[in-house]
Order: sequence, then structure tokens, then C-alpha cells
Amino acid sequence: MSLPGFKKPYKGDARHWPGLFIATGCFFAYVYLPIIILIILSFNENRTVTVWTGFSLDWYAMAFENRDIIRAATNSLIIASIASISATILATLAATRMATDKFKGKTAFNAMIALPITVPEIVPAVATLMFFASLGFTLGLGTVIIGHTIFCIPFAYLPIRARLEGMDPRMAEAAADLYANPIRAFYRVTLPQILPGILSGLILAFIISLDDFVTTFFLGGAGSTTLPIYIFGLVRTGVTPEVNAICSLMLLLSLVLVSLSLFLGREQSR
Amino acid sequence: MRASTRPLMFRILLIGPAALAICIFMVIPLMLMAWISIQGRDYSGGVIWGQFSFDAYTRLFFERELDGTIALNLSYFKIILRSIWLSALTMTISLIVGFPVALFMATRSQRWRAVLIFMVTLPFWTNLLVRNYAWILLLRDHGTINNTLLWLGVISEPLPLLHTQLAVAIGLTYSFMPFMVLPIYSSLEKIDFRLVEASFDLYASRWHTLKRVIFPLAVPGMVAGCILVFVPSLGSYVTPELLGGGKTLMIGNLIGLQFGAARNWPFGAALGLFLLLLVMIALTSYARSYRTNAQVGK
Repeated sequence: MSLPGFKKPYKGDARHWPGLFIATGCFFAYVYLPIIILIILSFNENRTVTVWTGFSLDWYAMAFENRDIIRAATNSLIIASIASISATILATLAATRMATDKFKGKTAFNAMIALPITVPEIVPAVATLMFFASLGFTLGLGTVIIGHTIFCIPFAYLPIRARLEGMDPRMAEAAADLYANPIRAFYRVTLPQILPGILSGLILAFIISLDDFVTTFFLGGAGSTTLPIYIFGLVRTGVTPEVNAICSLMLLLSLVLVSLSLFLGREQSR
Repeated sequence: MRASTRPLMFRILLIGPAALAICIFMVIPLMLMAWISIQGRDYSGGVIWGQFSFDAYTRLFFERELDGTIALNLSYFKIILRSIWLSALTMTISLIVGFPVALFMATRSQRWRAVLIFMVTLPFWTNLLVRNYAWILLLRDHGTINNTLLWLGVISEPLPLLHTQLAVAIGLTYSFMPFMVLPIYSSLEKIDFRLVEASFDLYASRWHTLKRVIFPLAVPGMVAGCILVFVPSLGSYVTPELLGGGKTLMIGNLIGLQFGAARNWPFGAALGLFLLLLVMIALTSYARSYRTNAQVGK
């Protein structure tokens, strides 16, 4: 944004303040070094974990052979799949109306749908625990899935609604003028346009559910141990190389999924 | 007639399920929690329905001795104060570290901005537990930091880094940093940088320009960032549990304890409600400051 006449950097140009570059470099080191060190240590052959002695894939092999880990991973995937799909369906249905309609109570609904992201997770987690326990529900996979579905709704809802609001409302009107009934108009006109938004929301909800600890911890019971719960148990008893390996795998999975989601989000904004 | 009733029907059919789900599994449980907080507690820690008691609230400050006398006990209150202090510390560190990063991002080209935003947001989507675990590896007695310092000869014995307030503050800052950087960036991005140039043309120093031109324009983003970091820090559970050990409990852990080892539902419910209240205060004060800022902007 410098004036056209200035080619050389001069101190008036905030782009060339030297401190900013250094501060940003330190910031990214702070953000990424711990993760990188974790990944490097997961390939360490030594059992003492923090001293590097040589390269090895043993811990990954051990993690894949551990039945508890496989069971926990399966639970995580079951919960995340069901919760993210249900949340995305609920969010898509609501978003199609919320983006176009104006009605009384719209602000209240928006506040309500954002509740799971504004309130610290521990509060709804214990509140729902008391709710289920008072009704005599047995805690387990079912209760965890319900809890996850609820906090996944806003994560799915926001990208879908953003996409809908960016859509030309005349498209749906044109479909109606051409005698498409609302359901047909939705399938043939609206849905194809908001599909990237839905997928992006679905993936975000999936990651959030996959990574969740607090809600799972309080709403879970016997047989609903997920990977984060399993890791938490291990970490509290001590640091082991297997944990490094599982943690690195979880990191990788999140990174792949979020890149995919952001990529879809970028595609849609073009 | 048809035309006016059909949209209403669609609205109920489409918005209804999500609204109902959140109502049943979120709003009603929160109300139930408020109700339980004023119920009596039986010996096993469960709830005596219908018997009113404010024990859960007096417990925050007082303790009932075995002989029935009531004595002042501030240990719970200390945990609340510590939570507020650690969240404020996290917020301050994030602000100091996050501001230059946001300014750096705002002064890049369009293409670089997208890359930098991606790099700032990416860690947020990785597992919180894993990110905190990474810090255990660094901060342990024989962790990366201590080993490096020992190797360099700076220290002769490992520093106690893990299970301290510092460790919790580092972990919280690490967890919620993107919430500070992104709002500041979005308000800095709108600045017309010709104002900065004008300031220099009028012989202002860098510091003066920062103080008189850039800071005032970045205030809305800074306030938003502070709230977005403060609120989740206040309610954090995982970070103090892993990096703080048993000594550095925060409200979230105290609430969790009431549903585990300590088993006192009414007290846990009262604490939950108290945390909710703190969050509401933070959010409404933000909404108010936002409004005043908007007025100043006009």
C-alpha cells in the first residue's frame, strides 16, 4: 500500500519493520516446534523417550498391535461419524431457512445454536451428565454420541450458512418460477451450490468430535473409551513412546482432514 | 392463505429439529443444573430432590465442621481466584505475543496472508490433548528443555517446569493463541496504511506511530481477542489437569472433581453455574465495549 513513487523500503512502510519479522518467526517456532519434536521423538528407538538414539518404527508397530488402541480408535470413528453426520443434517436443515427467512426469535435461535461454542465445555458436559443420570440413562456410546452431536451442530452450521448467504436468492426463485416444487428446487438448485459448504462443515464437525475429550470423559461409560480418553489415561501414568506414536498419528489425521476442509472452503469462495 | 402458511410450516420442519435437539440436550440440562445447585445432598453425594439447601453456595467460602459449627474456608475461593489470574495472564501473554504477528500478517501481500492465516489456524484443529502432551515432553524434568539447558551447562540440575502455574499458562496460551491473532489481524487488515506513512511524514517515531495510529485502530480486534482467549481459558479442564498436576487446579477441574472422586453434585452444579456467570459477565462487557467502539467509530 505504499505510495507509487516509493520503490525502496523506507521506515514509513510498516512492511519492513524488522521486529515484526523476528517476532512472527519466534511465534511460529513456538507454535510448531513442540509438534515437530513430538513427531521426531515418536521415531526414536529409545525407551527413555526424550533422548535420541536412533530411528525406529517399532512404536507405531506396537500401537497398531495393541487391541485397546484399536478398540478406542474404532469407538472414536463410530462416535465421530454418527455425531458429525447427524449434526450436519440438523445444521443443513436449519441453515436453509435461517439464511433466507426473517422472523421473530431468529436472534435467539442464533444465540442458542452458538451456545456450545460460547460456554466452556465442562459446564454442558456435567449438566448433561446430571440430566442423563437423573433420567436413568446408562452412560455409554449412546450418551456420548448425543453429547457430541450437540456441540458439533455450530461447527457444521456456520460454514453452511456462510455458503447459503453467499448464494443468489434469485436462483431458487427462478426454480420456483419454472414450476419446481420447493423440495425439487432444493435438490436441483440449492444443494449442488452449497455442497462444498456442507462437506466443509461435516469435516470440521468430524475433527471436533474425534478430538473431543471433556464431553466424552463425563458422558462416557464402560465400553465408550475413545482415543483421547485412552491417551489421557496413559499420559497421566507416564510418558511412553507408544503415546508419542499414537499422538503423531492423531496429529497427522487432523492435519489431513482440516486441510481438506479448508481447501473445500476455498473452492467455494471462488 | 397457502402462500403465508407454507413458509411457516417449512420453517418449523427445518429449523425445528436442530432447535429441539439443542433445547433438550443443552438448555434443559443447564436449567436442571441450576435446580440441582439449590437441592440438598445425601451422604453418597447424590441429590435429595425437593429438599432446598444453599449449602452448595456457602461451601464456596465456609466449611461445616463435623460438630456442626461453620468455619471460614477459602481454599475453593483460592482456586477460583487462581483460575481468573491464570486466564488473565494467558490473555496478556497472548496479546503481547499475538499483536506483532497480526501486524506482520496484515502488512503482507494477499497471497501470503492466506498462507499465514492457514498456518495460524492449523494447530487449533489438532487434538488439544496431543498439543498439551507435546508440552509435557518439553517441560518434564528430563524433557527437551531441561536436557538442552543441562547439555549447554546453563543449569546443573533440572528446573521444575512441569506442574507449575507457568506450565499451565504456557499450555493455555499455546491452546488459544489463534483466537487472539485472528481478530487483531482482521481489524488491522482494514487499516489504511497510508495513515502510517502520513504519521512518519510528520516525523513521528515508530513507537509513536504504533501508539497513536495503529493501536487505536486495532482496539476492537484486541478486545475481541482478549475475550476469546479469556473465556475458554477460564473453563479449561485438560491443560491444568495435564500440565498443572494436582497442585494447580482451576475451576474446571474443581467442577470435574465433584462428579468424580469428591462426588458432590449440588456443589458441582453451583460451581458450574458460577463459571457460566463469569463467562456471561465477560461476554456482556465485551458486547458493551463493542457498542461504545462502534459509536466512537461513527
